[in-house]
Amino acid sequence: MPLVKQGRITTDLFVHVADGAELPGDGAILISAARFLEDPEAVLKRAGKTGVIWPNSRAVDDLVPHLDRLAAVALVFPTFRDGRAYSQARLLRERHGYDGELRATGQILRDQFVFMSRAGFDAFEVKKDADAEAFAETMKRYSVFYQPTGDGRITALNRRMQLRHSESAGQ
Amino acid sequence: MTSPLEQKKIRITGPSVVTANRTWDGAVVYRTADRGWSTALADAAIVGTSDDARALLAEGVADDVGAVGAYIAPVEVKEGGVVKPGNLREHIRSKGLTIDLLPA
Amino acid sequence: MYAYDELDRTLINERVSEFRDQVKRRLSGELTEDEFKILRLQNGVYLQLHAYMFRVAIPYGTLSSKQMRRFAHVARRYDRGYGHFTTRQNIQFNWIKLAELPDALAELADVGIHAMQTSGNNMRNVTSDQWAGVAPGEVEDPRIWSEILRQHTTLHPEFSFLPRKFKIAITASEHDRAAIKIHDIGLRLHKNADGETGFEVLVGGGLGRTPFIAKTIKAFVHGRDILSYVEAILRVYNQYGRRDNIYKARIKILVHELGIEKFAKEVDEEWKLMGDVGLTLDHSAIEEVRSRFSYPAYEKLPHMPDELKQAAADPLFERWRKNSVAPHKVQGYSIVTLSLKPVGGPPGDATADQMDAVADLADKYSFGEIRVGHEQNLALPHVAKRDLPQLWRALDRLGLATPNVNLVTDIIACPGLDYCSLANARSIPIAQELTRRFANHDTADMIGRLHINISGCINACGHHHVGHIGILGVEKNGEEFYQITIGGRADENAQMGVLIGPAVPYAEVADVIEDIVEAYLALRDRPEELFVDTVKRLGVEPFKERVYATR
Repeated sequence: MPLVKQGRITTDLFVHVADGAELPGDGAILISAARFLEDPEAVLKRAGKTGVIWPNSRAVDDLVPHLDRLAAVALVFPTFRDGRAYSQARLLRERHGYDGELRATGQILRDQFVFMSRAGFDAFEVKKDADAEAFAETMKRYSVFYQPTGDGRITALNRRMQLRHSESAGQ
Repeated sequence: MTSPLEQKKIRITGPSVVTANRTWDGAVVYRTADRGWSTALADAAIVGTSDDARALLAEGVADDVGAVGAYIAPVEVKEGGVVKPGNLREHIRSKGLTIDLLPA
Repeated sequence: MYAYDELDRTLINERVSEFRDQVKRRLSGELTEDEFKILRLQNGVYLQLHAYMFRVAIPYGTLSSKQMRRFAHVARRYDRGYGHFTTRQNIQFNWIKLAELPDALAELADVGIHAMQTSGNNMRNVTSDQWAGVAPGEVEDPRIWSEILRQHTTLHPEFSFLPRKFKIAITASEHDRAAIKIHDIGLRLHKNADGETGFEVLVGGGLGRTPFIAKTIKAFVHGRDILSYVEAILRVYNQYGRRDNIYKARIKILVHELGIEKFAKEVDEEWKLMGDVGLTLDHSAIEEVRSRFSYPAYEKLPHMPDELKQAAADPLFERWRKNSVAPHKVQGYSIVTLSLKPVGGPPGDATADQMDAVADLADKYSFGEIRVGHEQNLALPHVAKRDLPQLWRALDRLGLATPNVNLVTDIIACPGLDYCSLANARSIPIAQELTRRFANHDTADMIGRLHINISGCINACGHHHVGHIGILGVEKNGEEFYQITIGGRADENAQMGVLIGPAVPYAEVADVIEDIVEAYLALRDRPEELFVDTVKRLGVEPFKERVYATR
């Protein structure tokens, strides 16, 4: 499953470690929320980056105290129809100021890239190679956005108001 | 609509066909014996046993590009081999609207 | 009318391009039907019994003549020459080919029409009063707010994959023509004690197999805060709405299971935590949207022009005027409802020729503007009273002057088993038969206001629960049967109808309805007592007796 980061297909530096398996002494790992919360300190004191896979059925509040020590948070789309992780992503980015990698995992298709990026995701475990390859092109599908989110894209309303101000200033 | 998987559990009680809607235009189509689809019920492959029905359905479901939402539908085989839809829903799918479109 | 600017146009064109790519990938097999289904639904494309059905949005029920002509064109070029106006200010085309859909969408986009989110588990078309902006006594034009919400809910990055569909309706009048109490969110525009504009917010209404009347979650939310408050409701719903069972996924179930107080508390907490996230609408933001709405340059006209006095001698004209013409906020003008319920016709259908003709009449008599209401009729919102006689003659020739608005033959009906893959029974032929039974306009006038709503299955697209008389199609041993409810209503006093007894077979429905109406005529205590009020006063028993005594 290809990983897209910074708009490109890239090697995944994080190793998924299953719940029963032993944690490697170093290197970047991605572990389940349950395992992480058993003993966060033990995990975080390892040499190597820590990423947590957070289920979409659990409020992100329990993760918030650890955010500044996490290198990655992976949110889950069990199917692309299940949109809970969009809310989690916005809360992590916009309310809790998380600025590490925010990864979308599960059934990730190209038709969700724009929504996910707007919600704050910056890494995508894409299901199909063709979709991963089409990432940059797909992200150009839209140039107009009606809602403000934490992604910094200017909304249609703000563009209109700016236009109006510059017009009235020019008169 | 009953999903094809759920329908696999259903046993047929009489002659049946596999029907779906053609992907590019949505037209009602019936699975034919030569592994294609036809818009004419008369061309449909007719099955009489649950095993045959399941096999025909599996074949229809597998052609996801050609047609959508394949399922097993009952038919009546009249004298001389004339095939009629087995219920009102299938009658409407096969023959079209039961209503006048213009006020009368 | 709201005029699209370059940004709105760019966005819908980008949406067309995206859908063109999605259709191409589907037809090539790159996308499976399972993957594609959600994508097509988000563009209003269903698969029905005979073909794909294409549902196009008419936001808050306002259309220009140019847009109506484009509907006519789409009906002719891509469909079978007609379209169906729905209960949520949409138009549906029943025979569209998937391969041609991107072209149809592109032609609609040319005139500022889209089909975004007319289906799927996202925020649907924002609906409003079809008399918005012209009804006397309105607080203010609710379409300004409808448009603000339309934009905010379009391609929302957080709420495009909700547990289930989500419908918002807005009214700004005392009399609710937008049926806000049967919506996921209902907004009633009003002013607080300080004269500030805001909304009573209702939540959790809906029909379907578990019908609920919406409950008030907040009596007053200031207009500037409406987006953030709606966003808070949606965020709570997106996270906690049920996803394990499609029949329990609507917000009404969440509100019901938590209770309105608990739900309101969750929303308030989220709203407080949200803080300022750029959703507050300051005065200039609201004015920016308001400035994109244009209003007619009304003339100063007499209340009672000579043309109207003379035409009053014609009893047919007078009947139509009394039935289909409503007061306008500007003196000398009227709102004219165009009945899409001819005797024997499918409710809500219009032919391409009718659409073109209505567009011409709108240009001639209504400043080029047309409205669509949830009762599945059209309206011309700004007709000078002096033009009423001429307009009537033109509408009559088109079959659009049936004087039955709000009467027993003004039936709301879903497409039913003739078109719909979800239906258990037919709706349209039941409606057609009823319009023939009550074809005599004197009888219909004498019966008075009576709404019959018909749904072909429990999903309730025909709003049967809230019909004064509701008819619900069910299937029994392969036969079509119909359950009858009475006493429902969809307005500001919304309530669900009560079942009168066992379902009756297809062939008996019209007889049963006639019995119910006859019972009402015998039971009402004066001619002005409406059917629904008689039911309220007496309950269902006397009607039940009448219907089942001989069956």
